[in-house]
Amino acid sequence: MLLRHTTDKIVERHALTVNPAKTCQPIGAMYASLGIRGCIPHSHGSQGCYAYHRSTLTRHYKEPVIAATSSFTEGSSVFGGQANLIQAIDNLFTIYSPEVIAVHTTCLSETIGDDIPQIVKKAEAEGKIPKGKYIIHTNTPSYVGSHVTGFSNMTKSMVDYLSQGNGHKEKCINIIPGFVEPSDMEEIKRITSELGIKSIVFPDTSNVLNGPMTGKYKMFPKGGVTVEDLKKTGCSIGTLALGRLASGAAARALDTKCKVPCELLDLPIGLEATDTFIDTLRQVAGVHVPDSINIERGQLLDIICDMHQYFYGKKVGLVGDPDQLISLSKFLISIDMWPVHIVTGTPGKKFEKRIREITKDSPYKVNVKQSGDMFLFHQWIKNEPVDLLIGNTYVKYIARDEDIPFVRFGFPILDRVGHSFFPTVGYRGGMRLLEKILDALLDRKDRDSSETEFELVM
Amino acid sequence: MEEILSQDNSCLAPEELKQEILHKYPVKIARKRAKQIIINKVNDNDVPEIQANVRTIPGIISQRGCCYAGCKGVVLGPTRDIINLTHGPIGCGFYSWLTRRNQTMPKNEKDHNFMTYCFSTDMQEEQIIFGGEKKLKAAIQEAYDIFKPKAIAIFSTCPVGLIGDDVHSVAREMKAKLGINIFAFSCEGYKGVSQSAGHHIANNGIFTHVIGKDDTIREGDYKINLLGEYNIGGDAFEIERLFEKCGITLISTFSGNSSIDQFANAHTADLNLIMCHRSINYVGDMMEKKYGIPWLKINFIGAEATAKSLRKIAQYYGDEKLIDKVESVITEEMPFVEKAINEIKPKTSGKRAMLFVGGSRAHHYQELFKELGMGTISAGYEFAHRDDYEGRKVLPNIVVDADSRNIEELNILPDETRYRPRKNEETIEELKVHGVPIKDYEGMMPTMDENSMIIDDISQYETEKLIEFYKPDIFCAGIKEKYIVQKFGIPMKQLHSYDYGGPYAGFKGAVNFYKEIDRMVNSKVWKYLKAPWQIKTELVAKYVWE
Ligand code: SF4
Ligand code: SF4
Repeated sequence: MLLRHTTDKIVERHALTVNPAKTCQPIGAMYASLGIRGCIPHSHGSQGCYAYHRSTLTRHYKEPVIAATSSFTEGSSVFGGQANLIQAIDNLFTIYSPEVIAVHTTCLSETIGDDIPQIVKKAEAEGKIPKGKYIIHTNTPSYVGSHVTGFSNMTKSMVDYLSQGNGHKEKCINIIPGFVEPSDMEEIKRITSELGIKSIVFPDTSNVLNGPMTGKYKMFPKGGVTVEDLKKTGCSIGTLALGRLASGAAARALDTKCKVPCELLDLPIGLEATDTFIDTLRQVAGVHVPDSINIERGQLLDIICDMHQYFYGKKVGLVGDPDQLISLSKFLISIDMWPVHIVTGTPGKKFEKRIREITKDSPYKVNVKQSGDMFLFHQWIKNEPVDLLIGNTYVKYIARDEDIPFVRFGFPILDRVGHSFFPTVGYRGGMRLLEKILDALLDRKDRDSSETEFELVM
Repeated sequence: MEEILSQDNSCLAPEELKQEILHKYPVKIARKRAKQIIINKVNDNDVPEIQANVRTIPGIISQRGCCYAGCKGVVLGPTRDIINLTHGPIGCGFYSWLTRRNQTMPKNEKDHNFMTYCFSTDMQEEQIIFGGEKKLKAAIQEAYDIFKPKAIAIFSTCPVGLIGDDVHSVAREMKAKLGINIFAFSCEGYKGVSQSAGHHIANNGIFTHVIGKDDTIREGDYKINLLGEYNIGGDAFEIERLFEKCGITLISTFSGNSSIDQFANAHTADLNLIMCHRSINYVGDMMEKKYGIPWLKINFIGAEATAKSLRKIAQYYGDEKLIDKVESVITEEMPFVEKAINEIKPKTSGKRAMLFVGGSRAHHYQELFKELGMGTISAGYEFAHRDDYEGRKVLPNIVVDADSRNIEELNILPDETRYRPRKNEETIEELKVHGVPIKDYEGMMPTMDENSMIIDDISQYETEKLIEFYKPDIFCAGIKEKYIVQKFGIPMKQLHSYDYGGPYAGFKGAVNFYKEIDRMVNSKVWKYLKAPWQIKTELVAKYVWE
């Protein structure tokens, strides 16, 4: 047993987190920044944080993850990091010439209270920011929220710093895709253009963190939303924010700043959430849904009908981020599976309420917790076993110990590929998710059936 | 090796490349980097001075991590039966959770193994404002109630130092209350200039709180400790196998496949072997001073290096029985190695490597590459000090700066009852004359070729330049560099995590490494970088079969 000390006896814990189901804000901010073309994310703090964040993102995406740091030492921690940040800005523009430097704080610089806008102003006054180049920033104290909060904060900063309205509206829709994979952002763009809609997707990590192998390294790949487009977001006719937690703040900021109205939707994971996404797109843009999309929808539905017997009544345990878990739970219920244990590490009471609503018809007692950890999740499973686990790579220890089929989904996935290339959003994404779930369930059935029962056709 | 160095890069002499690199930097930065980029000249073991263990320049994109990573991640992390509790916001604990691939083998199913767990106080805003000691105490109590560990170690992260939580007094209080060993480390990320500070803090802590707590004298001849071996990918298992075969008794390993009881008993050994000089040479020194145990730098990376190291150990004991045993083990193991090298070397000979890792690995792995007939054209460390480059003889000349002064130096005196010099000074001198360099390490640069380029704390930009100019056949670094290098069409081997391969130590490990490098440098993948239409771009006007 790899988690041999986890027993079924649940005791209340108030102070100790064991096997967290979240991580800290800056990594989310770093990920969002990478979705701007020509951007270097910059971590204002000691170099350990950025090394950890880069390593984790690299392990997840298996792609270069570029970022810089202010490299605080003891002195900077006492006297403040102004000198470090100004030097970093100078070096970054001189050596790497990015279009944008996106600064986020760490718990260190937050605790000492460094005032980033003031430091940036000073850098500007000292001529350290070349003409036409930008510095944006966000505050990401890691003792508040989680990596999702960091993503949300940096995305909002893109609006705060760059979006501009000029009074007249372009026939264009902003889409904030949420903390999802590059492949998902790509799929969202594809669906939108399939509908004949012009869109600006931000942040956009497709072609940045799922780039090709060419024999040439480019520090700034072709992907990412351009600064030009970010500016134009203020002139779009509306904004769709996918995932309330990760995308809501930026959408609302855009409404306040440039009077671009917004609509907050669930992440388009699964049949119903995708239906809502496409229906909303259709209505706000006044377009018809093309047959190509209807075919995709029909294909997804077809798989659900064909394989329903294998989904029906199965109990599932889920660990992940709130936006993902909400849509995923809805999807599972729509195919008659029952999520029974649902944990997110990210704080937010609304999450529990939402999940309760979604699972209200469940024949089982549903365990749900925000600010929870995987130790508790595992204990729940020991008390009420499930047929399937869905979560990030760390869940594999539970899956092995308890011998439960497991589908990797969420962040981080450190031990498999595919997530950055093949989407799980949209109808096609739904098809892929179902394929994975079926593979896991049917492989188990194959493994467990007796020689007599072993079937060729399933 | 000379020709390996001059191959292809006739276009630019190392000195010119250095200038070309520096050219891009702002003047002040260039001046600093000039002292950290050195063209090697070896003269009677004398090498040029390199600047190391100095602050990273903000914004240059370095490979380095932090003090906490060195303390919790590297040194304490591999010990399975300690609850390692990170006091801080969630991130640090999360990122150091299982990512270093230290393998461990508990004795039985009941034996404690907390390596798969991540413990944190997950500090919230409230604790940042009002202090986190209360939550820390409660977390220790909860950990004790649920897991009943023998020991709990507390690690401070950046904000903890700033808000002034006294983790050491919390540890003392809870130790008295619970009756188990509880100790804390002030290893806030900003301490020192790299992971190295964390290694030092970790070692001081273990020395103070654990070593010497159990005086049981264990059975066995030739009792040793292995220091600075962290059992990445099972290296320690392979080394343990060899010790056992040779009849050498391993008292403790710091800290691969280790348990806290073994640390407590470590002072009963008669020799300390030092594998990673950077991360742990202090423990060797301190145990020498306090208990009279000499240390010996060894290297089990590479078959030749392994054989040499085993022979040195035997020579240290000077016992015929052991000397013979070691020789027979080497004779037994070598045919397997030779068979592999005969097959592989023709395919790897003449190829060129670059290594930018850690604080000892960039040296150790050069031996393995040599066995493959490969040269190292450039190398450097992520967090080494001058002695790792130039050898311990420079120790008296190293200027202590403010960042190093912040790391506590323990004042060690001989133990009143347990100090027992294992060898007298004369014998030690004699051993040195006979090629057993007790308490010495010659450093990386003297063993590297003339004109090779040594770079301390290499930056992303310098990495790119090196690759463009030298086009090495393989590049060794860490995960952050991996995919950058590979995009250039050059295989990149991670030498911190071994890229999920290994073990690479000892004889069997060497063979694993030969095969791995052969696979990488001779992979077909790199031939497909261009599509046919990118190679032959002219257009054909009509269907060929028309
Ligand atoms: S929790 Fe804070 S100190 Fe730790 S990695 Fe995250 S930002 Fe850095
Ligand atoms: S070789 Fe480097 S990474 Fe490895 S333990 Fe030593 S100092 Fe650390």
